[in-house]
Amino acid sequence: MPVDILMPALSPTMTEGTLAKWLKSEGDVVKAGDVIAEIETDKATMEVEAVDEGKLGKILISAGTSGVAVNTPIAVLLEDGEDASAIKVGSAANANPPAASANAAPAPAVSAVAPSSVAPVAKGDRVFASPLARRVAEQKGIDLKSVQGSGPHGRIVKSDVENAKAGAPAPKAAAASAAPTSSGPNAKQLADMLGMEYTELPNNNIKKVTARRLTEAKQVIPHFYLSVDCVLDNLLAARADINKAADGAYKLSVNDFIIKANAMALKAYPSANTSWTDDAVIQYKHADISVAVATPNGLITPIIKKAEIKTLREISDEMKDLAKRAKDGKLKPEEFQGGSFSISNLGMFGVKNFQAIVNPPQSCIMAVGAGEERVVVEKGQMVVRTVMTVTLSTDHRSVDGAVGAEFLQYFKRFIENPVMMLA
Amino acid sequence: MSDKNFDVIVIGGGPGGYVAAIRAAQLGMKTAVVEANHLGGICLNWGCIPTKALLRSAEVFHLMNHAGEYGLSCEKPSFDLKKIVERSRGVSKQLSGGIGHLLKKNKVTVFDGFGRLKGKGQVEVEMIKDKFKDVLTGKHIIVATGARARVLPGLEPDGKLVWTYKEALVPDVMPKSLLVVGSGAIGIEFASFFRTLGADVTVVELMDRIMPVEDAEISDLARKSFEKQGMKIMTGAKVTKLEKGKDNVVCHVDVGGKVEKITVDRVISAVGIVANTENIGIENTKVKVDRGHIVTGPFSETDEKGVYAIGDVAGAPWLAHKASHEGIICIEKIAGLKDVHPLKKSEIPGCTYAHPQVASVGLTEAKAKEAGYELKVGRFPFIGNGKAIALGEPEGLVKTIFDAKTGALLGAHMIGAEVTEMIQGFTLGMTLETTEAELMHTVFPHPTLSEMMHESVLSAYGKAIHF
Repeated sequence: MPVDILMPALSPTMTEGTLAKWLKSEGDVVKAGDVIAEIETDKATMEVEAVDEGKLGKILISAGTSGVAVNTPIAVLLEDGEDASAIKVGSAANANPPAASANAAPAPAVSAVAPSSVAPVAKGDRVFASPLARRVAEQKGIDLKSVQGSGPHGRIVKSDVENAKAGAPAPKAAAASAAPTSSGPNAKQLADMLGMEYTELPNNNIKKVTARRLTEAKQVIPHFYLSVDCVLDNLLAARADINKAADGAYKLSVNDFIIKANAMALKAYPSANTSWTDDAVIQYKHADISVAVATPNGLITPIIKKAEIKTLREISDEMKDLAKRAKDGKLKPEEFQGGSFSISNLGMFGVKNFQAIVNPPQSCIMAVGAGEERVVVEKGQMVVRTVMTVTLSTDHRSVDGAVGAEFLQYFKRFIENPVMMLA
Repeated sequence: MSDKNFDVIVIGGGPGGYVAAIRAAQLGMKTAVVEANHLGGICLNWGCIPTKALLRSAEVFHLMNHAGEYGLSCEKPSFDLKKIVERSRGVSKQLSGGIGHLLKKNKVTVFDGFGRLKGKGQVEVEMIKDKFKDVLTGKHIIVATGARARVLPGLEPDGKLVWTYKEALVPDVMPKSLLVVGSGAIGIEFASFFRTLGADVTVVELMDRIMPVEDAEISDLARKSFEKQGMKIMTGAKVTKLEKGKDNVVCHVDVGGKVEKITVDRVISAVGIVANTENIGIENTKVKVDRGHIVTGPFSETDEKGVYAIGDVAGAPWLAHKASHEGIICIEKIAGLKDVHPLKKSEIPGCTYAHPQVASVGLTEAKAKEAGYELKVGRFPFIGNGKAIALGEPEGLVKTIFDAKTGALLGAHMIGAEVTEMIQGFTLGMTLETTEAELMHTVFPHPTLSEMMHESVLSAYGKAIHF
């Protein structure tokens, strides 16, 4: 008896999706687990696998149809010995075409509604600020989202930005910007209530902005994580040789190699060098690597721009300078705003591996663990190698599993054989 | 009793007072205005408005005299001073009546009397008609008593030979010669009016240039233009003595220690104004007066709770639009409205309606430099503007001053035809905190004089097209 293939729910919140592509044609034989179609949801593109085996008898919803509700029959699978004529006999299948067209018909309406239901969200993100306030904020590196406006309808005016810079935000402003990042009961109220002793460490602008952006990132971006081990022996040998030859003129760090290897990997495989937007995935031409630096004022990510065309020495010198100025709070906005890919390295603290939060609007951040001696098995033999685990966190909307994995292969190739970076 | 208790009592029905009263009534407050003379105050009755009427007559007369330049003929143009004055008075009367209607429409009670603070939220009103004294009670009392002409010793106006603005507005005879003391907006407007009608006019200014609050470059152009029209201008000069004759005055003018005697038919004293703080019962309150005006906070509040002061009585700049604005802010703050901000005095435009007109807002070039800004200055002359040429008004300049660092418009200074109607464009830009970029992106209609505003901004950044 013919079996209906239904529109799957690819996530708990999914109510409808777009049937992007059929990977099998009518008449194809499919096995359980075969990918038969691709479905796009508002968050990602996912694959539909066949659950049973049989022959794809009829495709009911054609590729490119949007607004297909979950559990709508999208195709009919024929069992052994059945042929397409059976579909006409089957009562369930008989009802299918009208059902499908009924589903297809409202589709344009649904998709027409979708953008407007998205729009208010985008509108909510709009910061109302005077042109002069915008320019002064840009010059001073102040994120307008952290500024409370005092103008008509809360519009941010120049004096608001100037006051924000003075580091004395109105209590109201502090409360307002803290609100979205804290959840649950207010810790201070609770501590006061329970008589817990504490000191208050006021949040500076960097901390507030970081808190807000990280909260946003973790809530909005569908993260997933890919880890890979990298053997560092070749890299360490190369580093020792180069540093010896440099004779004190400069000294490359392992991190410099990691920056370069990522840049080379992005150049070789630009699909990971992207940002998600509703209309398009932005693919960057250069590898602008943001490197997370912990400073007394909080976390900041200075950028090695066009790292793919820079030499290790250039990267090393630039990184030293940026890190120092980051710690002194002397970075210019353009030195930490932008970037296409991030690295967060906690190896120096002996951390084995960890998962970083994507730094929006970028798609990927690599969390770098410590290089340590581990026993690895090579050709059946246990040998001791220096191994480092890196974990790539990606925005699944723009970089999916295969893309992330493939990028890591490139990275691993470069980091394990640094000489390849010369090729 | 209830008709004597108010939420808001405004003492003074000028452009500060009546506007505040209407706004208060709009916000549902029971409101009274106490006015001793005419609704509309000096502005409407003896200042801004009637002078504009006079100057319009002068402007038309000027055009008649230059009819030939436009291909028209007008044989021996002449004027009737009495009728010019009548028209001016009629304009004031019409508008003053209009304010009475506005107040009535908004259910504001008007007391035709002289108001005095009595303390404890009370205002004594001495009715004009019968001198009957009554007491009103108000939760909020707004002092908007305005100002009057300043009198310098030795320069006391007598209403006959030595005039203030008031006599100058209603001249009974056309003076053949006139000496104007002071070259602020009031002095210059009268000088321009009488010069255009044919009087020999001398302007005496204590400072080293005329219209001293304006940008030096504008002062300079104004002086040249007035002198070209035959006006005599003496700067760095002081009138030390007036010898009054039967129908003339010998004026002793000290210029750098050298005294020059100038004989004129009439003298106009326009040496500034003083606030009306006397006889209004300030002594019954904690209201403080410093250097001639009532001391107020950012929302016009005084040291006495529930008493506020707006407009000229609360200090410079002495402009009707400043008074009105202060009144509205004061009332809205009292009403507890959201987004009420103190008036930015640096963004109040000023206009002088002489021929040529002068209008400005914000910092002069010198003041901006003094404040430590690095500047970008734009200039565009009337001679480069099509509409100006078509109008036959090729003289003038639009000057803009930007903060080179942020692109903030710091000041705009204009001289020439209709600039008083154009200054609001720059004022709006300042209020909205535009930078040069938005001004450059704005499409100005062609052909208009306003294109010069655009070109001036472009010029500050080296992008002017037509000059």
